[in-house]
Amino acid sequence: MNNWEPNIVGFLCNWCSYAGADLTGLSRKEYPANIKIIKLPCTGRMDPMFIIEAFKLGADGVLVSGCHPGDCHYNKGNLYWQRRFLVVSELLNNFGIDKNRFFASWVSASEGVKFSEVVKNVTEKIRELGPLTK
Amino acid sequence: MKFAYFPGCSLHSTAKEYDASTKFVCGRLGIELVEIPNWVCCGATPIHRTNALASIALPAKNLLWAQTENLPVAAPCSECFSRLKLANLEVAENEELKKNVSEVLGETYEGNVDIYHLPQVIIEKIGLKEIEKKVAKKLSGLKIASYYGCLLTRPPKVATFDRIEDPQFLDNLVLSLGAESVNWAYKTECCGATFSLSKKELVLKLTNDILQNAYDEKADCIMVACPLCHSNLDLRQKEVEKKYKVKYNLPVFYFTQLIGLSMGADIRGLGLKRHMVSAEKLLSSKGLI
Amino acid sequence: MARVGVFICDCGVNIASTVDVPKVVEYAMTLQKVAIAKEYKYMCSDPGQNLILDTIKEYKLDRIVVSSCSPRMHELTFRICVNKGKINPYYFEMANIREQCSWVHQKDKEAATKKAMKLTEIAVAKVLRNEPLFPLYSPVIKRALVIGGGIAGIQASLDLGDAGHETVIVERESSIGGRMSQLDKTFPTLDCSQCILSPKMVAVAQNKNIKIYTYAEVEEVQGYVGNFTVKIRKKARYVDMVKCTGCGVCTQKCPAKTSSEFNEKTGDRKAIYTPFPQAVPNVPVIDKNNCIYFLKGKCKVCEKFCPSNAIIYNQEDEVVEEKFGAIVVATGIDIYDHSNYGEYGYGKYKNVLSGLQFERMVSSSGPTDGHILRPSDQEEPKDVVFIQCVGARDPSKGQDYCARVCCMWTAKQAILLKEHLPNSRAYIFYIDIRAFGKGYEEFVRRAQVDYQVTYLRGRVSRIYEKGKKLRVLGTDTLAGGQVEIDADMVILADAMVPKYDSVKVAQTLGIPYDTYRFFTELHPKLAPVETVTSGIFLAGACSGPKDIPDTVAQAGAAAAKVCALFSKDNIEIEPTIAQVNFSLCSGCETCKLVCPFNAIEMREREIRRGVKRSIANVIESVCRGCGTCVGSCYCKAIDLRGFRDKQIMAELEAVCIE
Repeated sequence: MNNWEPNIVGFLCNWCSYAGADLTGLSRKEYPANIKIIKLPCTGRMDPMFIIEAFKLGADGVLVSGCHPGDCHYNKGNLYWQRRFLVVSELLNNFGIDKNRFFASWVSASEGVKFSEVVKNVTEKIRELGPLTK
Repeated sequence: MKFAYFPGCSLHSTAKEYDASTKFVCGRLGIELVEIPNWVCCGATPIHRTNALASIALPAKNLLWAQTENLPVAAPCSECFSRLKLANLEVAENEELKKNVSEVLGETYEGNVDIYHLPQVIIEKIGLKEIEKKVAKKLSGLKIASYYGCLLTRPPKVATFDRIEDPQFLDNLVLSLGAESVNWAYKTECCGATFSLSKKELVLKLTNDILQNAYDEKADCIMVACPLCHSNLDLRQKEVEKKYKVKYNLPVFYFTQLIGLSMGADIRGLGLKRHMVSAEKLLSSKGLI
Repeated sequence: MARVGVFICDCGVNIASTVDVPKVVEYAMTLQKVAIAKEYKYMCSDPGQNLILDTIKEYKLDRIVVSSCSPRMHELTFRICVNKGKINPYYFEMANIREQCSWVHQKDKEAATKKAMKLTEIAVAKVLRNEPLFPLYSPVIKRALVIGGGIAGIQASLDLGDAGHETVIVERESSIGGRMSQLDKTFPTLDCSQCILSPKMVAVAQNKNIKIYTYAEVEEVQGYVGNFTVKIRKKARYVDMVKCTGCGVCTQKCPAKTSSEFNEKTGDRKAIYTPFPQAVPNVPVIDKNNCIYFLKGKCKVCEKFCPSNAIIYNQEDEVVEEKFGAIVVATGIDIYDHSNYGEYGYGKYKNVLSGLQFERMVSSSGPTDGHILRPSDQEEPKDVVFIQCVGARDPSKGQDYCARVCCMWTAKQAILLKEHLPNSRAYIFYIDIRAFGKGYEEFVRRAQVDYQVTYLRGRVSRIYEKGKKLRVLGTDTLAGGQVEIDADMVILADAMVPKYDSVKVAQTLGIPYDTYRFFTELHPKLAPVETVTSGIFLAGACSGPKDIPDTVAQAGAAAAKVCALFSKDNIEIEPTIAQVNFSLCSGCETCKLVCPFNAIEMREREIRRGVKRSIANVIESVCRGCGTCVGSCYCKAIDLRGFRDKQIMAELEAVCIE
């Protein structure tokens, strides 16, 4: 697998992180092209199944990013997600998936630079871990 | 608490009293200092003005040992501290520099050693509460102007202290020792440091400004945490007085000497007799010796 | 049989210079159910939209994908376009190949092109699972809430009141007026601030459509555009608003003194007080923390002397709940805490003042009756140094932004100084002079030429007392030297910073804020008074430093936006809301528990003949579509229109399967 490129799924909430990712673009901050973004209204919409399915379908890494705690457009959807996140990451090991392939972050609509940093970091980590072997 | 100790050139020559008082105070506070074996120059001004790579490689050479031993470093001199920490930061941030430096050293330096200035070790790591407990004789009635100098709080990237232009940590230490802290303006002004040899007139002017302000604010003495500050304020004081036709007679202490004094150490052991401006009259007038 | 049309935008060179668009078109044509894929220079332009409309007809398309910029930019544009082509606007998806592709992968064109293909494929996968959705309508309550009674709130309320809309101002202090009421004169015309503000304050009080709640705060905001439910806490002022005539006897007689916030602690006020003489409403409040009766249990002097029996010591806070259709946020600013600059000695030296303190000193209603006097000894100062950008344009203090008004404000204060004390000397340390407004540059020039104010380009490093004087050390970068001035007074320009509790306010309202904690506009250029939460608008400096003209203009703009909203009886609500599959719901109530908006109720329903069960039901007008219930449902009985499981799974498959 010489030309292996990590395939990373990014779930972003519409109000903070998706807007933050747009700001990254507006500010022309480069980041690796490995991530493909799926927009959600809120990280509260994140179904743990999406994570499991993503790995099942062969994604090498998954990133979920939402508003900072307290800043949720819907008041507290991100907090519910935070609780699910803790459970899911523990659960992943049971499926034989390294939980280090799964990332969560808070990126606000004004943190364009942070978003590019997050993506760079995630991509680098996944590169280190190598392709997901079934 | 164990630290790799980097005394630097001054503490083995002009500032032996700083070295002695440091060892005394650290001993009392349970800080173990292990001198870095075969240490070399920290890469101070004469080098960082002339050779960029050497100014990083030299401090890195000193840090290699700490890296192997996995020890944090304590540096009593502001210039040493600044050079060591800067080298650490630059190597950590710049892959190419890391490669070049490692090539010079013949060993890879990673840039991940924790580096502390001596006041940081004593005030932050041990804490003022612990120091207060060890105070045997309060320095009551002594009005101390804490002088931070230029490099102790700058640049902010290197010295991550609270308030760059108006720092407080040495003043707080003064209060813990039972002395009075003088509120003065020149606490972070430059003393001229190594220009003492090449541009003496400049140093006399800068030093005079500092001494004048401390004197105006009714300080009895000045407290420093850097051997270069000390040599300009103490060694050059007589010359300043002569040139500007003033009389200050302000003893200049290392902060470790004052801590030592409050812990009841003997003044000879603290090297107080080595100063150009004698401190004995002041200290005996306050009943401290 | 679905027929998808894919339209790929070059965005001039924004996309096309990084992404090989023809390749993406070619790839799109190979995707399942794609009938046609086309490229165009600017898809959002009229010709671009016409291309979409013509292609819909020609290829009998029923679903559309546009690969272009962020949906936050043009989703609505294309939805309207698609609707014109007689396709339901929700049979439409956008692939963001600009902000999240071409602009961030400029260095790797091949990878960017590949990613653009993938993003297009994801959008196609999703659109195939989309369903037609129809907007919901909700009635608009035509009452506006204005938070903050400064000049921004006053102007917005007057405009709304004049338009015939019932408006409520909620002001935290005991009088409206805000920061502007603290100012002496205003630049560049030098007219008296209070003289131009007071008539507006009176007009607000007299406008029959405007209700003022002073000494009150917004506690909770629920609901959505057109239908907000707001809880307002009216703090106890211990004075009967109806009975009090504002005669002021209580204030005269009150024996307790404390420093006056209105005068920026340079003067005193009583424990029962109005902040300033022109207060609206002219009804005092008792400051419980300084009132002798509240502290020690006796005194009651105010009660004794009040001719109208208006003192009520046992008054309590009252929380009222009111309904509004729109909210204007005009909460204003605080002043930077200058004590962070220890080297300038603010708070340490009596003669180092903040800009607002100087403003109060110059004001004829201020503590010195308008006499400029050195606080240490009440002598007239001779040399006065003004320092600009204290707490602004200073990354070392984390304050990178320009505070925008200080250049003009300082020039004005220097002029006022020279008018009051013609023999004094004024020095201004500045970084740059930013005199951008109408008449501003001319004003600064007047300060320099007519009033002989000395402008020194450089920063001040240190200030300390030397005898009766303040020694100011600074640089003059134009002359290239160090400057030392022995000053009698130093005035530090006041950088505007967000209100201390702006984050709490933002969270109460559900609006975003920037890294400095200023509220964020929907778009910095094109939607400067809107927020991402529809129905909530911004006015004045709460979204960033602003001078009075800009604030007034923005307040008017916010009012106009509210009027536009109120011109409709019903507004459309996004139909992307949750929906329960009754046959799967177990009635566990988890969704009800997690819903942030109380949009789920349990309802008895006959799920099969003769079998009744209590199951979840979404109240459509209340649901905001966050999907938290969907992520929490154990039985997969609840789903989110527009973001259904099957839609997201389709996207996921498209991402993962090469």
